[in-house]
Formats: sequence, structure tokens, C-alpha cells
Amino acid sequence: MQTDMALTFVAFCLPFLGALAAPLLTRILGHRAAWPLALFPAAILWHFTGFLPEVSRGEIVTGGYDWVPSYNVSFSWLIDGLSLTFLLLISGIGTLIILYSGGYLRGHPHQGRFFSFILMFMGAMLGLVASDSFLMLFVFWELTSITSFLLIGFDHAREASRRAALQALVVTGGGGLLLLAGLLVIWNVTGVTQLSLLLSFGEEIRASPFYLAILLLVLGGAFTKSAQFPFHFWLPNAMEAPTPVSAYLHSATMVKAGVYLLMRLNPVLGGTAPWETILPAFGGLTLLVGAVLAIRQTDLKLMLAYTTVASLGLLVLLTGFGSEHAAAAAALYLVAHSLFKGALFMVAGLLDHETGTRHITRLGGLGRAMPITFAAAVLAALSMGGLPPFFGFLGKEEVYTALGGGDLRAIAFTAAAVIGNVLMVAVAFAIAIKPFLGAKVATPKTPHEGPLLLWLGPVVLSVCGLAAGLLSSFVHPLISSPLASAIAGRPEAVTMSAMPHASVALLLSAVTVAAGIGLLAGFDRARAAADRLVNDIGWGPDRGFDQFMTGLVRFAHRLSRLLQPGLMEAYLTVTFVMVALALLLPLVWYGEWPRLPIWPADAQFHELAVMALALLGVGGVLTARNRLNAILALGIQGFSVALLFLLFGAPDLSFTQFMVETLSVVILALVMTRLHLQPRDARPLAQKIPDAAVAIACGLGFCLYLLRVTQGRFDPLLTDFFNLYSKAIAHGANVVNVIIVDFRGTDTLGEIAVVMTTGLAILSLIRIRKPAAENGKETRR
Amino acid sequence: MNTVIFRTLAPFLTALMLLFSVFVLLRGHNEPGGGFIGGLIAASGLAIYGIARGIQPVRQALWFHPMTIAAIGLFLACIAGLISMFAAVPFMTGLWITPSLFAIEAPLSTVMLFDFGVYLVVVGAITSIALALEREDI
Repeated sequence: MQTDMALTFVAFCLPFLGALAAPLLTRILGHRAAWPLALFPAAILWHFTGFLPEVSRGEIVTGGYDWVPSYNVSFSWLIDGLSLTFLLLISGIGTLIILYSGGYLRGHPHQGRFFSFILMFMGAMLGLVASDSFLMLFVFWELTSITSFLLIGFDHAREASRRAALQALVVTGGGGLLLLAGLLVIWNVTGVTQLSLLLSFGEEIRASPFYLAILLLVLGGAFTKSAQFPFHFWLPNAMEAPTPVSAYLHSATMVKAGVYLLMRLNPVLGGTAPWETILPAFGGLTLLVGAVLAIRQTDLKLMLAYTTVASLGLLVLLTGFGSEHAAAAAALYLVAHSLFKGALFMVAGLLDHETGTRHITRLGGLGRAMPITFAAAVLAALSMGGLPPFFGFLGKEEVYTALGGGDLRAIAFTAAAVIGNVLMVAVAFAIAIKPFLGAKVATPKTPHEGPLLLWLGPVVLSVCGLAAGLLSSFVHPLISSPLASAIAGRPEAVTMSAMPHASVALLLSAVTVAAGIGLLAGFDRARAAADRLVNDIGWGPDRGFDQFMTGLVRFAHRLSRLLQPGLMEAYLTVTFVMVALALLLPLVWYGEWPRLPIWPADAQFHELAVMALALLGVGGVLTARNRLNAILALGIQGFSVALLFLLFGAPDLSFTQFMVETLSVVILALVMTRLHLQPRDARPLAQKIPDAAVAIACGLGFCLYLLRVTQGRFDPLLTDFFNLYSKAIAHGANVVNVIIVDFRGTDTLGEIAVVMTTGLAILSLIRIRKPAAENGKETRR
Repeated sequence: MNTVIFRTLAPFLTALMLLFSVFVLLRGHNEPGGGFIGGLIAASGLAIYGIARGIQPVRQALWFHPMTIAAIGLFLACIAGLISMFAAVPFMTGLWITPSLFAIEAPLSTVMLFDFGVYLVVVGAITSIALALEREDI
């Protein structure tokens, strides 16, 4: 068991190790690095396949390590039917995607970086779906957003990529914050931080007054990640990424994270009226919007992207529908979609790679030149279209069975599902058939079959879609039933087989396919109609995003103008006024004025001399004729204070003060030489008086405060502690130093980090001045 | 400032100050001194050298960029804290060993490493600021 746990932990770390190795391997092996790198996900796939027997028996495998036990934070995982299906999909499709990227980005100067990013994403995604602890879930959730940002912006020289990457990050990352808030509220209501424990708190959460808040926050996270209307716009824009990314992140895995979350929480949050209203409503709307927008496109990838939006809508609809077969339908459709959509995306990329275009109008008659691609495309499209005996058929049958019912709600959603599916069938066949059949169209590159690395992925995935449908009696107990059980929160047995049997669902399927093929005949007209519809509406959330961002930037600009006028004088005045207030207000407020100090009778001559020297320094500052003299005079005052420290038994403090004073004089003098100031400080009297008032208030405040503090009762607890233990347990006689480096060493670590950061900041500020100074010179000339 | 006397004396002064700074650093655990003050002494020594001879000789003598020295210091300080994790005690717990070097018992500790890290951070950060300010071409 212990070794099992360690192995699972290693499996979660493997992608990150692969990401480290990728750049080096790519430098040595070029695009052939895909083969060794694919071993990483393959090993993970193999490891998690070992969980199938246990999970199919309905067991839940948990494991992990304590991280911060005092806060109940752990690195722990939960593997049940839902997690395992995702783990297998991520690692399995991941293996194929790595190979595919090897061919797709062959010769790209940053191929190593690409491998690295995509492996990092894989690690994040695996962690997300297996997380048991909330914190881990959130961290991995945001990590998928960040890696997705890097991958979408991979082609960072193009502005469209950068915009799409930023948009995806803002939308999904912002959603992640909502999710974090939701998880925190759940934690507050139940007191648990682990999903596996949360399952038994369903009643409590649903009865809690915070239920609606939790629901909305969690949905905010899930809907943004899974591109539900009105947050769907980032997903098609994310198609700016290289096709392997679109196939992997934006169809098969990452965008399903939101659906995963909803499925995971369905037993806890589900079954209530808000859940069964909001989810199907938004899911259904997303399905229709996605399907209509898909028809409108001519770019293969965009067509697929919008059908992905539609499919995600369907999955959300099913998760929230709450009828008897809904969980099973969601389970089957989820797996089927990952298989066929991954394959179709890779086909689209393959066509793009081999012909130089992915516009459906500019492709045709490629079937003879690219037979393997054609076969893979047709197999995947048949599954997407829901024809027997493909796995997609099972999914669609189960969907119609789940939605079927006599009441108005069921009919409405069945109608939505049928319309959405008809459009998707049309798109599927348009992609699988149009480019390959018909008259040959001249393409930018002479088309020929892609290399093994490129066609392996789509072929394996589409064959899987066929095999899973044919062998459904074998696949259901292993994958579908545990998955459906985990979604429903109670044991569910999926029995749908590829053999067509007479039912309403079959009838609906037949209608769907027939209508879809009918639509295919008039595809161009349908496209024109959809295009007109969208153009008539005009404004969309995509443009709304731009407006939002522009508004945000403008607001931030105004706010920082207000708070940061850029005048050193203003900053210093505000700072010192605040210091004076902080010192004086408590004294006034609580009436804690100090008693006047009594003149010490035993004051020694040398002590008085040092104090006189300090006063002399201050007087020098006030009367100095130029700035340099003032700095020196200030140094004299500082040295006198250091001497006082020395006289009254604080050698460490005085030592440091000496050095600090020396260095401040040197550095201030150096700064003065560079600032091109007038040597004399020529402030008008109107400015001198308020400045002097602030200075006097600060000085008086410090003075009174120190007097008051030293007149209070001194608590020797800490002094005694340090005196007692400094030598005994920290082996040091110098208490000050022992406190700095040992007892409160973590503080010091923070402080030196600050010293370092400040140094870097000052260094960059000094360097920034350069062009400004040059400009200044030019204007003076 | 650019007098012959100053320019001639500065290297010796700097060498003495650097030596003294290490002395202060090492005695810090039992007597007044320590990494922070040692670092300040070393930084002033280097600043003096820079004022006397210009910054190029200082940069050459240091070999590393001063900021790199600071970064190494921060890294060492972190390592000093992390070593205790391997001994299964909380972060930043001081660990001591007393190996015998040439028949002399030398007490070594993670605390000392940490103090050395503090020293390097202070030297690096302050020197880089001072050198950047001393550059005349900007």
C-alpha cells in the first residue's frame, strides 16, 4: 500500500519531470523527442489502468501526504470512477498529443518549450481531477489556467494570440477565484477541506442559508472554465493556439474541468430547485448558441470549437437535469466526446499542416491523397453524428432516454437537444466529408498523407470510439458504470448497448441524423442564415470583454493618477503626517501623556558632551548653506546617537548605527551629485512652515512616545527567556545575534529578501533615469 | 576626493575593512558583530575602493555582479533553513556539528551558514546600489 501510494505520487510528478527534460531532449533529438516524451504520459496511463479493477468494484481509492497538518491541508488524492475516467483520458489522449505535436511542430524553433508547456499542463490537469483537498484542487485549477495561457500565447509574436491568451486567462482565472471563494464558504459551513469527506455533508450544505451563495460561486468557476454562455467567447478565440493544444486542452480535457467540478459536486449540491433550473437552462442555451455559431464558421478549427461549446452545454444540461438516466448519459457522452472531438481536431490540424489551409471552402477532393486521414475523420464523425455502432451513438441514445419525459420541461429540453444535435451532426459530416470528396480544389501546398506521428493520434482515437461502442458490454462495467455512479452519488449500472432497439430515443436519433444530413445538403444556405442572424445581433460577449478591459484599464489609470501623482514631496508629506498622527493620536485619545523626565543627577560630563554634539548636528542641518553640508551634519547627529548607544550598553546597535550612518552619508552624497539640484535648498517660507510643522510633530511624537513607553512597567519575560536560553540551546553568548539568526531567523530571512528586492528596485530605478537624462540634455542644447 | 593619498591608501583600507568584516561576521555569535554589521563594513570598504579608483576595478575584483552575490546569499540563507527539514525538525532549527580540523574543535552550524547568507545579501545589495550611483556616465 505504501509503495502504491508512493507510485501514485510519482505518477502525479512525472509530467513535471517530463516538462523539465523536454527542452534538453528536444535539443538533442529534435522532433523525435516526442517518442521518449510520450513515455511519460504512457507510464501514467499504465499506472492508472491498474486502478480499474478496484474502482469498477465501486471502491474509492484515497491516499496522500500531510502537508500543513495544523491547517488541515494535505496533498491527497481521491480516485473514483469520475477521477479515474478523467485520469485515463488525460494521460491516454496526452500520449497521442505529445506524438502529434512532435509531427505538427516539427522544426519549430521552440518545440522544446512547447513540449514543456504541454507536459506541465498535463500535470496540472491530472492533479485537478484527482485532488481530494480543496486547496490542491484550487491550485491545480489555476495552474491549468496559467498553462493554458502559455499555450494559447505560444505563438506570442501575433497579436491575436496574445489577446486570446489574455482573454482565456482573465476569464478562467477570474472564475478560479470565484471557485476559491465558493470552496472557502463550503469549508466554513462544513468544516471539512476534503472532497471525500464532503460527500457525507450534502444534507447540511443544501439546508444551509449559504447554499445559494455556494452554488453561484462554484458555478462561476465551472461556467467560465467550461465556456458556458455567456462566458463561451474565450474558447473559440483560444483556437489561436497550435492545433495540438486545441485538440488537447480546448476539447478533450481542460474545458471539461468545469463539467468535472459540477459532476463531482452533483451528489453534494445537486437535486435542488436552483441546481436543476440554472444548470439545464445555461447548458441548453450554450448548446443552442454553440451549435448556431458553429454552422456559421468556415474555419475547420472554429467550427469544431463552437461544437465543443455546444457539447459542453449538453454535458452541463445533463449534469443538472437530475432524471434517472441523466448521470449515465453524461458519463457516456463525456467519454465519447473526448474521443471523437480530439480526433477531429487532430484531423483539422493535419489538413492544415498538409495543405496549408483549413478553410472548408478551400478544401476538396483530398480523399485520394490522404486516405488514412479521411478514414480517421469519417470514423470520428460517425461517432460524433451518433450512428451505431459507435460510442457516440450510445451517448446520444442515453441522452435522449434521460431527457425523455411527458412534462413540458422534458419536452423543451429534448427539443433543444435535438436541434443542437442536428446542427452538430451537420458540422461533423461537413468536416469529415467536404474536404475529402468532390472536386479537387487547389490548396497552398500539394496535399499528401501526413507522417506517422501526425495520423497516429486521430486514427487511434477514432478507432477507440468504434471499439468502445462495439465492446460496450466490456467497457460499461469498467468505465461507464463507475463514472455514472460517481456523478449520481449512488450506484448506477449503464447498460446501453450498440444494438439499436426500438424506443423513442432511437426515433429521435434517427430524426437527428436524417435532419443533420438534410442540413448538410443545404450547408451553405444554413451558414449564410446563421451568419445573418449573428450579424443582426451585432454585440457579443467577445466585444463586451474588450469593452470591459478598456474600461478597467482606464479606471486603473485614473485611480493611480489620483493615488500616485508622482511628486516626491507629496509622498513624503503624506508619509510623515501619517507617522506623526500614528504617534500622537493614541497619546491624545487615551490621555496617556508621559510625566516630564527628571534631570538625572549623576549625568557624566562625556554623556552631556555627546548630547551636545547631537544638538550641534541638528543645528548644522537647519542652518547649512548647501545640501551637502546638511547631509554631513545629519551624519554627525547620527554618530552621536550611535555613541549614546555605545555608552548605555548596546554595542551591537551602536556598531550597526555607525555603519548605517556612514553609508547613508556616502549614498546620499552620491545621489545628490546625480540629481542636478541646486546646491542650496531654496524653499519659500510658505512651504517651509508646514514642512517644519510636520517635522516637529514627528520628532515630538517620537520623543513623547519613547518617554511614555519607558515609564511603563517593563516586562522582563522575553529578556529572561533569551538570557536563559541563548547560550543553553542556541550556543551563542551574544543575545542580539542569536535572536537575529536563530530564535527569529525566519524574520531575518524575510528581511534579507526585502533588502535584496529593494536593491533590485533601486538598481532598476537608477537605470531608468538614463534616457530621461539624455532627453534633458538634448532639450538644454 | 581624487587625491593621490586617497587613491594609494584606498586598496589597503579596503583590504583591511574586508578582513575586519569577516572577523566581525565570525565573532558575531558570542560578541558584538554578525552578518548584518559585517556586511555593512564590507560594503563601505568596497564603496571606498570604488570612489578612489572608479567602479571598473571594483567590478573586476568582485568577479560576480554584486546582485549575484546578494542572490547567492539569499539562496544560502534559504538552504540553511531547509537543512533542518532533512533532520526532521521544523524549518530554521539550528543544527550544530563540531568536526575536528587539525586537532581543533571547530563548531559549525546552519546558523553560521545563515549568518553568512545575511552577510552576502547586505554586501551585494548595498555594493550594487553604491556602484550604480558611482557610475559617472549615466
